[in-house]
Amino acid sequence: MRENHQLALVETRTDPGSRLVRDEVAAVFEQVLGHPVQITDDTDIVEDLGMDSLGVMNFVMAIEDFYDISIPLDRIAQVQTVGDLVHAVEELRGGASA
Amino acid sequence: MTILAKHGAYKVAYDALREQGVDPLNVRFDSVLSPTEGILNGRRTILIGTHNYLGLTFDPDCIEKAVEATRSQGTGTTGSRVANGNYDGHLRLEKALAEFYGRDHAMVFSTGYQANLGVLSTLVGRGDHLLLDADSHASIYDGSRLGHAEVIRFRHNNPDDLYKRLRRLAGAPGDRLIVVEGIYSMMGDTAPLKEIAAVKRETGAYLLVDEAHSLGVLGDTGRGLAEAAGVEQDVDFIVGTFSKSLGSVGGFCVSNSPDFDVMRIVCRPYMFTASLPPSVIASTLQALVKLRSEPSLRVDLMRNARRFYDGLAAMGFQTGPEANPIIAVTMPDQQTAVTFWKMLMESGLYLNLALPPATPTNAPLLRTSVSAAHTVQQIDTALAIFADVGRRLGMLTADRRRAGASS
Repeated sequence: MRENHQLALVETRTDPGSRLVRDEVAAVFEQVLGHPVQITDDTDIVEDLGMDSLGVMNFVMAIEDFYDISIPLDRIAQVQTVGDLVHAVEELRGGASA
Repeated sequence: MTILAKHGAYKVAYDALREQGVDPLNVRFDSVLSPTEGILNGRRTILIGTHNYLGLTFDPDCIEKAVEATRSQGTGTTGSRVANGNYDGHLRLEKALAEFYGRDHAMVFSTGYQANLGVLSTLVGRGDHLLLDADSHASIYDGSRLGHAEVIRFRHNNPDDLYKRLRRLAGAPGDRLIVVEGIYSMMGDTAPLKEIAAVKRETGAYLLVDEAHSLGVLGDTGRGLAEAAGVEQDVDFIVGTFSKSLGSVGGFCVSNSPDFDVMRIVCRPYMFTASLPPSVIASTLQALVKLRSEPSLRVDLMRNARRFYDGLAAMGFQTGPEANPIIAVTMPDQQTAVTFWKMLMESGLYLNLALPPATPTNAPLLRTSVSAAHTVQQIDTALAIFADVGRRLGMLTADRRRAGASS
């Protein structure tokens, strides 16, 4: 089941739509936290998901590995909600492929 | 509401700690007697958490040099080297450091913290890339914010992760600077410097090593991890401090970079702060002489580190991966850590209580650091106190075995 999930993720990576990036982000959250999460663009990563600073760092590193990007520290500092993160990922992926 | 109300969450956590009867951020010694002993709450206490690696703070020659310098040159320089000029000592100390490291250039800062602020913010700027180990010291993180380089964190002590991140930067303009520490100050582990140097060579990055906790500790002649790992040629910049093995205060950077001295006119944490007073310069110079001429200090230091590390491990305490002079004992939770720490102090042992978020994981730490000046008897006394407190809290391996057997 986990493998199927991964396959689905790989397929969605071809589509740059924000909704799909958000679904991928949710999947990475679930991997890091070990349980399902309900997220929207407005979900606050620290407040709503109860992550401490170490959890956030591990999560960010998992996101970085998933997309093969590095999110610079000043960009991470600007990220508060899932929507912010999706926006940062899209920007960095856009920059990488340009 | 006050202007500081934004820090309320920290205050709440700190107040809760104080309600438990401890105030780890505000310990007050009645007096300090030697590198390894002080009076705390009226009680003679062994200091085993003050990073006094070579025990030189009370060295008679270092004290004499400091006194002499104060008498002849005064208590302070009252300003920066840019404004008030260099004293002979500043230049002699820089020469001595360059010579010790076998490098062309050295620069002295007023604290180790400022050395990192200054060097990191000057070496890389807008359009450059700074690659930091995730467990880097606060001064490295703060230095990274003072400049305008893009800051990327790699997984602690993970050269593959570092490589991956440098590979992602392929094609991007700008310099790359990798920053690692000789010995990490929380867990006492060393960087895998050979492997990191290989990544550096392959990717064309520069490499800076902060030897704050490894100067005078590692390497055949005490130059630190770069010497111990045999990769000094790959290390472009070494940063360090006088406030640990050299027993004073101040920081430095050494390098072979040919245009190194341009830092003196662009590096703000060097330019816009008062220079070190003559007494500090004089004792530091003398301590460096001791560090070089008495390799037995390092032998004593590592003997003590090994003895304390093995002793703690034998009792079943969870320590860091290496028997270096920083030895951190991982505690299961904050309540236990606070109680344990308080009981150690009441038994005459002083060390650091390190709580998240200052620790690399979510676990609180009892952080110790041994000194060459500790006698074997002091190490054994410290172990006995750990055993006693551990037993009283039911944390020793033997206790747990017994508990397991009876259940």
